[in-house]
Amino acid sequence: MTATALSQSHVYSVSEITRLIRGTLENQFSDVRIQGEISNFKQHTSGHVYFTIKDESAQIAAVLWRSRTTSIQFTPQDGMKVVAFGRITVYETRGIYQLDVRQLQPVGIGELQLAFEQLKENLMKEGLFDASHKKPLPKYPKTIGIITSPTGAAIRDMVNIIGRRFPPVELIIAPVQVQGYGAAQEIAQALRDLNSYGGIDVIIVGRGGGSLEDLWAFNEEIVARAIYESAIPVVSAVGHEVDTSISDFVADLRAPTPSAAAELIVPNRLDLLDILRNSCYTMTQRLREGVESERNRVRYLIESYSFNQPRDLVRQYSQRVDEADRRMRNVLRHRFEVLHGKAEELQKRMESVNPEQILRRGYVIVYRGDTVVSSARRISVRDLVRMKFHDGVVRSRVEAKETDAGA
Amino acid sequence: MPVPKKEKKDSFESSLKRLEQIVETLERGEVPLEEALSMYEEGIQLSKQCVEKLTRAELKLKTFLKEVDGTFKLQNDEPPE
Repeated sequence: MTATALSQSHVYSVSEITRLIRGTLENQFSDVRIQGEISNFKQHTSGHVYFTIKDESAQIAAVLWRSRTTSIQFTPQDGMKVVAFGRITVYETRGIYQLDVRQLQPVGIGELQLAFEQLKENLMKEGLFDASHKKPLPKYPKTIGIITSPTGAAIRDMVNIIGRRFPPVELIIAPVQVQGYGAAQEIAQALRDLNSYGGIDVIIVGRGGGSLEDLWAFNEEIVARAIYESAIPVVSAVGHEVDTSISDFVADLRAPTPSAAAELIVPNRLDLLDILRNSCYTMTQRLREGVESERNRVRYLIESYSFNQPRDLVRQYSQRVDEADRRMRNVLRHRFEVLHGKAEELQKRMESVNPEQILRRGYVIVYRGDTVVSSARRISVRDLVRMKFHDGVVRSRVEAKETDAGA
Repeated sequence: MPVPKKEKKDSFESSLKRLEQIVETLERGEVPLEEALSMYEEGIQLSKQCVEKLTRAELKLKTFLKEVDGTFKLQNDEPPE
């Protein structure tokens, strides 16, 4: 509307004069920047945002249409000092002038810093950062919740690292905005929702690197409180290695980056495979020792046995050896890839010890008189010996003898 | 609202704990051979299960969604790009 000269004689209707005022204001103040403090901040269900910008002695009504909220990089709050860009217009129905906000910025990094320091101090006083409140993380989580942006390097890295380190887990990804208007609310809500859903062992909340404004959602009070109230342990993994966000202070564990979080939250399966390998080795060694000592005990009994003893007793001892042998075979029958043939080796040795088996293979036990002779050196020519085969006994007289060198 | 701790009987963690127990007991060497044999069997079996889990398992990815009526839903996922 173009500005028209006011006529002193014409009687205007309210609508007419309002329209003229509107035209004048929109022309004169089509593109202004206003600095002041936000108050009476209200977001209607429609999505449109209403607030006032004020200083010590004046105030101006402002409206931020829903469609424009996406271009705002932070969540405005009462008390914040901002610079608002826009056009002055008139809301004719109510007869008020207002700023039609196109863009909103906090006054400077300094303001954000200040807000950060203030909130940090308040929450710390309240006890939200207390070490006593922090929960331990599960060592072998089965279900992990990740609250982050569904696109970008952060989620990709976390999935890759967890997949490599410890695949037997379920990752539940709760996609959220990680910066900009409403991000803090989404993050907080996701934390509450995952807690309601239940069955999750640990949550990572985070994002990749960015500027202070980019990370701002993780410095907001609503996120801090949601982390504090989470019954599920929370790992905060917000981009920067150097800076610590308020989420980092409240969380049960702080990770310098999302990738670091992935490494902290699950064990490395290579380490576990080592432990398992060692366990198998130890168990096998101990068992082998146990079998060995049992075997020695039985062999001693057999060898010290005189042939003058009644046959029944001989059979009894043979049977006990067979029993022990059978039990050991039972164990060894279970071949496990992990043992790589150690079991087979053990079995062969067992077989070689069973006297019955030895005799069947063609060996004999040689007796002279009552004693078992196991060395050629102990025999002289003309000795009368008895040879026990697996199926009988042969008596013979020694005609000649040869011993290995050094006899 | 506190989340109840589920008793996961054949979870990886419980298998490892039991295996640890068995190794410790066998190392002390105070067990009769019969018992040692059955513990050994159990131990090897647990070990095999754990190795299987670690080498064969594949990461499961799900997306957490909230329906309009407020209920939660898990959707199976492709790995993110």
